[in-house]
Amino acid sequence: MTVAPKSEDYDVVVIGAGPAGLAAAATSAEAGLSTLLLDENIGPGGQVFRAISSTPVTDRNQLGADYWVGADLVQALRASGAEVIHRATVWSLDRNLEIAVSIGGASAFVKAKRVILATGALERPFPIPGWTLPGVMTAGAAQTMLKSSALVPDGRTVIAGQGPLLWLLAAQILRLGGRIDRILDTTERRNYLAALPHAFAFLTSPYFAKGLSMMREVKAKVQVVSGVTELSAAGDGLLASVSYVAGRKRETIPADLLLLHQGVVPNVNLAMAAGVEHHWDDLQLCWSPVLDASGNSPVAGIAIAGDGAGIGGANAAVVRGRIAARAAVDALAPAAAAKLPAIATLRADLAKAERGRVFLDTLFRPAPQFRIPSGDTIVCRCEEVTAKDVLDSVAIGATGPNQLKAYRRTGMGPCQGRLCGLTVTELIAQARGKSPQEIGYYRLRAPVKPITLAELAAVPKTEADVKAVVRG
Amino acid sequence: MTRNVDAIVVGGGIHGCSTALHLCLAGLKPVLIEKDYAGRHASGVNAGGVRQLARHVPEIPLSIRSMGIWEKISDLLDDNCSFESHGQVLVAEDEEELAICRARVAELNALGFTHEELIDATELRRLVPAVAETCPGGVVSRRDGAANPAQTTTAFRRKAEQLGATVREGVAASNIRYSDGLWHVDVGTDSYAAPVLVNAAGAWAGRIAAALGEAVPVETVAPMLMITSRVPHFIDPVVILRGRKLSFKQFKSGTVLIGGGHLATPDQDRNETVLDWKSLATSAQTVFELFPVMRSATIVRAWAGIEARMKDDLPVFGPSSRHKGLYHQFGFSLHGFQLGPGAGAVMAELIVNGGTQTRVSDLGIDRFHPSTL
Repeated sequence: MTVAPKSEDYDVVVIGAGPAGLAAAATSAEAGLSTLLLDENIGPGGQVFRAISSTPVTDRNQLGADYWVGADLVQALRASGAEVIHRATVWSLDRNLEIAVSIGGASAFVKAKRVILATGALERPFPIPGWTLPGVMTAGAAQTMLKSSALVPDGRTVIAGQGPLLWLLAAQILRLGGRIDRILDTTERRNYLAALPHAFAFLTSPYFAKGLSMMREVKAKVQVVSGVTELSAAGDGLLASVSYVAGRKRETIPADLLLLHQGVVPNVNLAMAAGVEHHWDDLQLCWSPVLDASGNSPVAGIAIAGDGAGIGGANAAVVRGRIAARAAVDALAPAAAAKLPAIATLRADLAKAERGRVFLDTLFRPAPQFRIPSGDTIVCRCEEVTAKDVLDSVAIGATGPNQLKAYRRTGMGPCQGRLCGLTVTELIAQARGKSPQEIGYYRLRAPVKPITLAELAAVPKTEADVKAVVRG
Repeated sequence: MTRNVDAIVVGGGIHGCSTALHLCLAGLKPVLIEKDYAGRHASGVNAGGVRQLARHVPEIPLSIRSMGIWEKISDLLDDNCSFESHGQVLVAEDEEELAICRARVAELNALGFTHEELIDATELRRLVPAVAETCPGGVVSRRDGAANPAQTTTAFRRKAEQLGATVREGVAASNIRYSDGLWHVDVGTDSYAAPVLVNAAGAWAGRIAAALGEAVPVETVAPMLMITSRVPHFIDPVVILRGRKLSFKQFKSGTVLIGGGHLATPDQDRNETVLDWKSLATSAQTVFELFPVMRSATIVRAWAGIEARMKDDLPVFGPSSRHKGLYHQFGFSLHGFQLGPGAGAVMAELIVNGGTQTRVSDLGIDRFHPSTL
C-alpha cells in the first residue's frame, strides 16, 4: 500500500530509519512535535538493523545481541506516535527545508521546521583491478542478503579487506552455515603501532570484548592471511581467481565470490545537495559535515545524526539521534524538553559510545594502494573511467572533481559519485600534490536519487508556471 | 608587487577566456582574473547550445561571426569541444505559432540574413521524427548545433595560457581603479596594471560597471537544466519551442538535456542556487507531451548556473562610454555561449584596432549612458 504524507508541514522530518533516525523520530514525537520519518527501505532498521521486523533469521545468536537492540528502538518509535513512511525516497532537500519525496511512483513535497538527516554510511570504494567483475561484491551487499533473506555464499568465497564489519559478516556467514575459503586482511602492519596509544580507550569500550571473540570465532574456522599489500580479481567476464601479495609472496586462488570491504564513510549526497558544508577528515579519510555539538549544520534547521555525521557506529548513532531530536525540541517546544533525558546525560552516553573510535579509525585506516588506484583500474563504474584516464585529464587542466566531469563524465552517472567520489578526490590530490580538502568534492545536485520524467511531470505546478508561455 | 601587462580581463567565463585568447593571438600579453575557476558558473554549466536560431536581430552579426569560429574550433583550440552540428529546430505547436515563424523568417530575409529557414510538417518530422504529430512545422538553422560548455570554456582558458596569457584563478579581482593612464587591479597581495581593462565578469559584471559609474539595468538569474539517464538515440538536432519554455537535446552518450529558461533562486555571494522543482515539473510535462519516448527516462541531476540578464535581453558589448581603456562584455542574458568565440575575436579587434567589421554597435553600453568620451 502506498501512503502519501498526511500533512504538508511538520515540525520535524527525519530522513532514514537506521539507529539514528529511529531514535531521533521517537524522541521528537514523544515530546509532542509533529514528526515524519521517511525511509527508503521496506521496513525500519537501516543497514545495521536491516529487516529487524521481518528477518527470517530468528535464532538470536546468529545475528548477535547487538542486532536485536534494534527491536527495542522500533518498539519505541511505534509507541511514540511518529508518522512513518517506508519505501519513501527523499530526492531533494534544500536550504528552505523543502523536501521532495517519491513514494510508490508519485512525488510529494513536505516542509519542515527542522530536518534531521540520518542517512547513514556507505561502504568505502575498494578500487582494485577487477573490482567491477561479476562475482565481486561488497561485504555490505552480502550482509543485506543475509539479513533480509538468510542467503549465504556456498561457492568458493574469499573475503578481503579490513574493519569491524568484515569480521562481523564473516562470523554471521559461518553461523548460518555459509562458506568462506579465505580471509585476506589488508590492515597495514604499521597501523597496529599507530593505534597503540589509543588502545586503552578501546580496551574499556563495549566493542573490545565482542570484537575479539568474534575474530577468534572466525579464525578458528577460516584461513586468515594478514598483511596483504596487493590485491586483484581476475576472470573472463566473471570472477575466476583472486591474487594477492602478503609478506612479499604472491598467491592466486580460484574463487567464485569475492567480498570486499574496507570500512564505511558518511553518505553525504543529500546533505551536500542541501548546501551543508563538509570538511575532509584525515583520520577517517572521508568527508564529514561541519556540525555543532548537537548535530546542527551551518544550514539553519538541518541537523545530521548517525554515521552521516562522521562514522561512530550504531551505539553512537542512537545517542546522536536523541541529541539532534533534543535540540529540535529545545528550539520548537522548550517546555516539552523537560520530559527528555538531560543533555548532560546524553553527552555522557555519547562519550561512552564513541570510546575506542580513534583506535578503530587508526587501526583500520585503509592503505593508500587500496584507495588510490593506478593504470587501467576502473575508478568510475558508471562511465568506465580508469585511473589513467583521470590522471591524463588532470595533466591537461582538470584541477578538481567538478572540472573532471567535463573531461570524463565521472560522477555524472546514476550513482552520482557514490562509488567514485572519494577515489577521484584522493587521486587528483595525489597527482597535484595537494590535500583532499584543497581538491574538494563533486558539487552534488538533486535529484539525489533518480526519478522518472513521468513522475516529475505529474508534480502539481505553480499557477505562474502554467500561465508562463514566454520562451526564455 | 605591481606587474605590468597589456590587458586585464576580469572573469573566466567563455567570454573572458575567448577575449584573453584573441588578445594573445594579436600579440598582447593579458592577465585573466577569475574568482573561482574558469567555467565555474554559467559558461561551464549551460545547455551548450550553439545557436544562431531565434536570436535578437542586433546580435545576429556577432552570432554569425561566432559560427564561423565554431566550425573550425579544433584549429583554434586543439580541442573539438565536443561540438556537433546537427542543426537547431524551433517547433511551432500550432498554426498560429507557425504564422509567427513565417513572419520572422521573412523579416530576416529582408535584412539579408538567410540562416533561418521555414519548414513544413514533413521536413519537421524528417528532422525530428519523435516530435508529436500535431506540430505543423517550424524553423531550422542547419549549421547550428551544440558543444560541451565546460570542455569548451576550459579549452579557451588552456589555449590562452599556452599562448602567453597569465591566468589567476581562485582569487577575486578587487580595488579596480584608474590612475596615471593605467587600470590597476588587485589579486590578493598582487597588483596588475594595464592600459586596457575588460569587464567580462558575468553575473558579477554589473557591480563592476556600477562601481565605475556605469550602472545598467541588469539582474542575476539562474536558468535551470536537468539531464536524464541514457536513452536509445532518437534525436539529432537541438529542439526549442516557439511558445512554451523548452529546449531539448540528446547527447551522443544517450543522455537528454532539458532546459528552457525556468529560473532557480540564485545566491551569487554564496555561489549557490536553490532549484524550483515545481517549475522543472512544467518542463518535464512539456517533454512528456511532445516526446512520448521520454516518459520512462529518469532524471539524474538538475542544476542552475548563475549569470546576468539585461532588462532588454541584449548583451553589453564594447567600449565604456565614460572611461578610456575600459571595455564591457557581459549581460548575455541566457544566450551568450554561442557568442563567446566571436565576441572574443571582435573584442580583441576593438582593443587592438579600435574598430571591427562585425556590426556590434547596437550592443554598446552607450544605449544606457550616452558617451562622454
